[in-house]
Amino acid sequence: MSLLADAFTVFCVVAGIGFFAAGTAGLLRFPDTGSRLHALTKADHLGLGLIVLGLLPRAEALGGAFRLLAIWGLVLLASAATGPLLARIAQRRDPPA
Amino acid sequence: MIVDLALVGGILALALGVLVARQAFAAVALFIGYGLLLALAWGRLGLMDVALTEAAIGAGLSGVLLLAAARRLSAAPAQEDSPPGRVTRALIGAGCAILTCAVGAAVLLLPDAPPGLAAEVAANQRATALGNPVASVLMAFRGLDTLLESAVLVLAVICTVALAPDQGWAGPPGAPQPQADGPLALLARLLPPLGIVVAAHIFWIGVDAPGGKFQAAAILAAMWLLPWMAGIAPAPPIGTRALRITVAAGPALFIAVGLLGAMLTGAFLAWPSGFEKPLILIVEVALTLSIAAALALLVMGPRT
Repeated sequence: MSLLADAFTVFCVVAGIGFFAAGTAGLLRFPDTGSRLHALTKADHLGLGLIVLGLLPRAEALGGAFRLLAIWGLVLLASAATGPLLARIAQRRDPPA
Repeated sequence: MIVDLALVGGILALALGVLVARQAFAAVALFIGYGLLLALAWGRLGLMDVALTEAAIGAGLSGVLLLAAARRLSAAPAQEDSPPGRVTRALIGAGCAILTCAVGAAVLLLPDAPPGLAAEVAANQRATALGNPVASVLMAFRGLDTLLESAVLVLAVICTVALAPDQGWAGPPGAPQPQADGPLALLARLLPPLGIVVAAHIFWIGVDAPGGKFQAAAILAAMWLLPWMAGIAPAPPIGTRALRITVAAGPALFIAVGLLGAMLTGAFLAWPSGFEKPLILIVEVALTLSIAAALALLVMGPRT
């Protein structure tokens, strides 16, 4: 059982890191602000979600698991708000043709 | 090991970036990244209290303050000084090199078992009825440092408010914020209830685990600043009695309890035995509210 849990953790965390790497590659390589925000918010949040999912079986009691999920939720909320803010500023500065 | 080396490399690279950045905004952005990596480094060293404070105050709040300063500086560009001559440059370089070598040598020449009071703290830990040794040091063994730290914030707020032009003295602090709509307004409505709970949690577990008043106060300040920035809840005028009392109450109560200790036990800031925990709790609550209000007022700045 613990082997299965470990394998689950390793799989999820490695997959999460993969998404983070993809998001970072997008941030560095995509041409404009909108695409970069898209790469950061979508890929990173999936990556963070996978890492949180992988760490859930290792959480201490219910409180630890709840805190992990709360961290993910807060990050989602924060970037759901800051992403559009940044996109608006970028659009105002550099209106799309 | 690889993680630690990457962390050290990143910290050094960001520090260099802060120094060589040509624009104030870029330097501040790099400085915030530097603070976050520094917090990770403290975490790797197992010093979670320091890591939390560094992330919340060192990177977060100082970052916001510096960003505001950079924006104001760009509005009023300073005139260029004439570049220093060759001799001056050489002297500056030599001075910096000597200082770096001296600090490096001092670190390398430390004895193997660095002198410290950790053993004494551990031995006297039970006297304070607190579980977290960091909290014991901050509130009991080195209470004077904490008192001065919180008092200096009150002084900083007074100085900031005093910078306002004459007609702005009684008004609300900071520049008036336009009412925001969309994402910022949503965040300013959703986040504060959650953030206040998180701050209370971090304050409360500070007794036995990493956390405490400064970290909680930084979060509380952010939760006050968010609706203010979104223009939903304007700050109260500086002249409001409640605001002034909130800012000053923490250090004032700390001093009062310290004087009580001087009368009862003969030492300033000594906690009367038997009442350590409730007294520390009351003082910490007052300090947290004071620090939060002071930090928020510092970010809002003087009336412009």
